[in-house]
Amino acid sequence: MKILVAVKRVIDYNVQIRVKEDGTGVVTDNVKMSTNPPDDNAIEEAVKIKESGKATEVVAVSVGEEKAQETLRKALAVGADRGILVKADGIIEPLAVSKILQKVVEKEKPDLVFMGKQAIDDDCNQTGQMLAALLSWPQATFASKIEVKDKSLEVTREIDEGLETIEVNVPAIVTCDLRLNEPRYASLPNIMKAKKKPIEQITASDLGVDTKPRIEQIKVEEPPKRKAGIKVASVEELVQKLKNEAKVI
Amino acid sequence: MSVLLIAEHNNKELKPFTLNAITAASQIKEDVHVLVLGSNSDSVAKSISEVSNVKKVIHVNNSLYENYLAENYTSAVIKLAESYSHIICSANTFGKNLMPRIAALLDVSQVSDIIKVISEDTFLRPIYAGNAFATVKSTDKIKCVTIRPTSFDPAPTSGGSAEIMNGDPGDSSELSKFIKKEEIKSDRPELGTARVVVSGGRGMQSGENFKLITAVADKLNAAIGASRAAVDAGYITNDHQVGQTGKVVVPDLYIAVGISGAIQHLAGMKESKVIVAINKDGEAPIFSVADYGLEADLFEALPKFLEELNKLNTIQK
Repeated sequence: MKILVAVKRVIDYNVQIRVKEDGTGVVTDNVKMSTNPPDDNAIEEAVKIKESGKATEVVAVSVGEEKAQETLRKALAVGADRGILVKADGIIEPLAVSKILQKVVEKEKPDLVFMGKQAIDDDCNQTGQMLAALLSWPQATFASKIEVKDKSLEVTREIDEGLETIEVNVPAIVTCDLRLNEPRYASLPNIMKAKKKPIEQITASDLGVDTKPRIEQIKVEEPPKRKAGIKVASVEELVQKLKNEAKVI
Repeated sequence: MSVLLIAEHNNKELKPFTLNAITAASQIKEDVHVLVLGSNSDSVAKSISEVSNVKKVIHVNNSLYENYLAENYTSAVIKLAESYSHIICSANTFGKNLMPRIAALLDVSQVSDIIKVISEDTFLRPIYAGNAFATVKSTDKIKCVTIRPTSFDPAPTSGGSAEIMNGDPGDSSELSKFIKKEEIKSDRPELGTARVVVSGGRGMQSGENFKLITAVADKLNAAIGASRAAVDAGYITNDHQVGQTGKVVVPDLYIAVGISGAIQHLAGMKESKVIVAINKDGEAPIFSVADYGLEADLFEALPKFLEELNKLNTIQK
């Protein structure tokens, strides 16, 4: 079995986001970038399945600018076998990413495609489901447990009411929740080894995919600020404030 | 052309967020049609027909829809889509799972998780866990939009008298199969709609200690929330998680106990009307969004808080 894992390079989750003054987006220059957190879970799960003997190859793919190579190198350092970078500049909407991934899937013919359930930059939560639709494959979204069976997966999904278990036929798309596993850290020897693993580079136009945005971003602004609060000295004061000032109890 | 809204329900009752989505849909266009895909779901279709602002209900009653699987739902929606200008559902796990599958087949770039309708094609949505707001305009012919339920009031459940039409089922998909749902039942208000939420974090130190949270929540008729750290540590089940990838809550009162206030958690609660933080670390980021901060050991503060609440006799239910 072959697993394709899609990873995205995003602003690191610990960075305090700053909105550009001209309203065109957020500041990305000289800002620490990392792998989208649930994509780390996707790679980890694929590597674990390979280690269990149920998969033979893990291929990492990323769509984005040249520097997304770093994200692929990290995936290679934790156990992916090779990488594919599909170069595309600017805002690439999930619909375009899923069309690109569809082409990659047609070429690579994986049995499973894993990715994080949501990217923490645009917070869209679309790509996996869109790719599943374009391929006419089943989708198991928000996965917190994956059991590989003969020709199917049994997947536990995180839903509003609790947990849901579904079975999906292989080939399938799985989008991963942060709770799926604990991603490993890359060891120094593995980081060195990853430098020798191959990364194929292609462009979105090589694949014949039009990445022109369909959504016009009119402006990006800071959310309204909360007014500064106060510190209370005691529980008694807190309760009095809630009752008499905020009037919420 | 009208707006098509996809209802979430359990074949007996409408799920409450559908009402919030109806409000958003009616702000886009007046002519709101609601699609109910269900099995033995007549009562759901009937109750939706009575909701204000609903002009038509399309009821597809078929055993295919006994359980919710995006693969089955999608085909039924696609059959209707071409005669609508917008397809809407709520941005909870139901709609997040479903809408992109529909949008991709219509070749539409979806607008996710909107918090405001600016015009028929322009919407406001949070990005970067709510650290920035983007105003976006969809240029697609059909617009696929998911709405953040807590940003819109629920539509009144009476006052409407929409006609109910029977619709055709979509194709049956053999790709996936429902196995089971482990639904956590509770007599408390739902986390997403509660007036008061009391949340615990890693500072609670154990699941057992959450009984301190429970006692305060009981007193305030509140829902119980948790940070991701508390859920990951196994103190409490995942359905309580508040944050960027958990639930977004906007209660009148949010009490964060032993929660440091990671960006991901703040994304799920910082729009609450009044925020209280109880934490022994005075530097914890949660204090930066709190209206009232109490720097204290929660194991002393919570019992004391309950005691003080008990002295009041005006707790609003």
